[in-house]
Amino acid sequence: MSLFQYEYMQLALVSALIIGLTAPALGIYLVQRRLALIGDGIGHVALTGVGAGLLFQTSPVIMAVIAATLGAVVIELIRERGRTSGDLALALLFYGGIAGGVVLVGLSDSTSANLNAYLFGALSTASRADVATIAVLGAAVLIAMIGLRPALFAVCHDEEYARVSGLPVRTLNLLLAITTAITVTIAMRAVGVLLISALMVVPVATAQQVTRGFRSTMAAAMALGLFAGGAGIWMAALADTAPGASVVVLAIASFVTVTLLAAGWRRLRRTRPQPAPAPEPHEVVLGGS
Amino acid sequence: MTPDVITVTHGVVGYDGRPVLRDVSLTVTAGEVVALLGANGSGKSTLIRAILGLVPLSAGTVTLFGRPVRRFRQWHRVGYVPQRLGAGSGVPATVAEVVAAGRLARRGILRPPGRADREAVAEALRAVGLADRAKDPVSTLSGGQQQRTLIARALAGRPELLILDEPTAGVDAVSQEAFAGALRDFTLGGGTVLLVAHELGPLRPVIGRAIVVHQGFVAHDGAVPEPAGHHAAPDHDHVHPHGPEEPAGLWSAR
Repeated sequence: MSLFQYEYMQLALVSALIIGLTAPALGIYLVQRRLALIGDGIGHVALTGVGAGLLFQTSPVIMAVIAATLGAVVIELIRERGRTSGDLALALLFYGGIAGGVVLVGLSDSTSANLNAYLFGALSTASRADVATIAVLGAAVLIAMIGLRPALFAVCHDEEYARVSGLPVRTLNLLLAITTAITVTIAMRAVGVLLISALMVVPVATAQQVTRGFRSTMAAAMALGLFAGGAGIWMAALADTAPGASVVVLAIASFVTVTLLAAGWRRLRRTRPQPAPAPEPHEVVLGGS
Repeated sequence: MTPDVITVTHGVVGYDGRPVLRDVSLTVTAGEVVALLGANGSGKSTLIRAILGLVPLSAGTVTLFGRPVRRFRQWHRVGYVPQRLGAGSGVPATVAEVVAAGRLARRGILRPPGRADREAVAEALRAVGLADRAKDPVSTLSGGQQQRTLIARALAGRPELLILDEPTAGVDAVSQEAFAGALRDFTLGGGTVLLVAHELGPLRPVIGRAIVVHQGFVAHDGAVPEPAGHHAAPDHDHVHPHGPEEPAGLWSAR
């Protein structure tokens, strides 16, 4: 544990914990509307912002926030306008984003190690100012996701019903797009743009194997994210691995463990005599996959 | 004279230039229970969606409580029950959580739910006979119970007007009875109802008037027609497949 007496380790730990808490709180809405991979796409776009920041010697994090937010809003507008070219437009945006980022980083004086830090996260890159940015933006995202939970749940669960309830559906959609962009960029330093989506999605996937409601899923996913973030940084420090990869490996290990335990528990209950009430007949049970 | 709750005047709706509603005019006044009948593809679901402002009219006007639907803002006065719950996304939600969404129109999005909200949710669940399932995941419910959950969601907002899209399609007899009871209570309280149906079944005694839509026109507006031919047979299955109505967007729930 002595490694954590160094300030850069403390900063890395704090930012990983903030992100571990925030990413699943947002990710649950993305999973609910089957957009599990959107964070990955926006991460690609953010990389162009990083490149621009390195090239023009301004804060890469701020530039990435701007690029990712613009990208997310463009994606949302494409979504609203049409159906046919949406898929292709997204592909152009994503690959353009990552290619633009790599080219811009190359034009600047930065090394490839520097690029790697943004792709997969690094312990030593976070400055005090970065961590302050992460804390402020992370808190803003967290407050929005928890405070607006009933409205966001309604929009993600049944958008038409939300519209008929008079909810500002478009504003809430844009809010989700923008908070996704912000979360991706603040997570970039610790987890890296290529792996951030995992921290939004995997804890939710793990939690929903054992939970029954939306609220409990959100709470469990946030706890799992917090664990993966903290333990991942610790593991990265001990084993000298990339922090982003360590965090995601732990998140996926939790998923596998919980899945096996849940399956074992269900099998155990099935072999025992069934207590009343009996389950519904198979034909009428909908969904539940 | 009772005030008009819904009016449609020469309403025209088309998808991709193909007309679905050609020239529809109708009026529903306060306290009425009106059934919209018609074959598949006759445009009755589209009519409901146009009344709710979910699809734009290419001509004509729709008013809700005397206001043009585009400028209508008092959505807490309207309870909408869609045909079915969107396909489960995998993220679990309890019955009570789904029903609680019905309170948003009344409460607004910024205020956290309070005691009045919880009481309204519990009361709506009792009204449809699902009080004991409040904490269960919706995905473990039968199709009929899921439909009752959606009705409870609409009732939880304590609306004055209920608009239901095929609330009884493919629903088991117990759920149909529970639904008919909930609807009766709602109308006894002075509520107005517009519902789309293939068959009326146990709802028949509650319905005051029927509007039959045929090929985008109103073919009948008056007494409830008696079922004829094989549709009258008690074992006739009225569940038909429904085509996709709108492409699902990237950020939209499915």
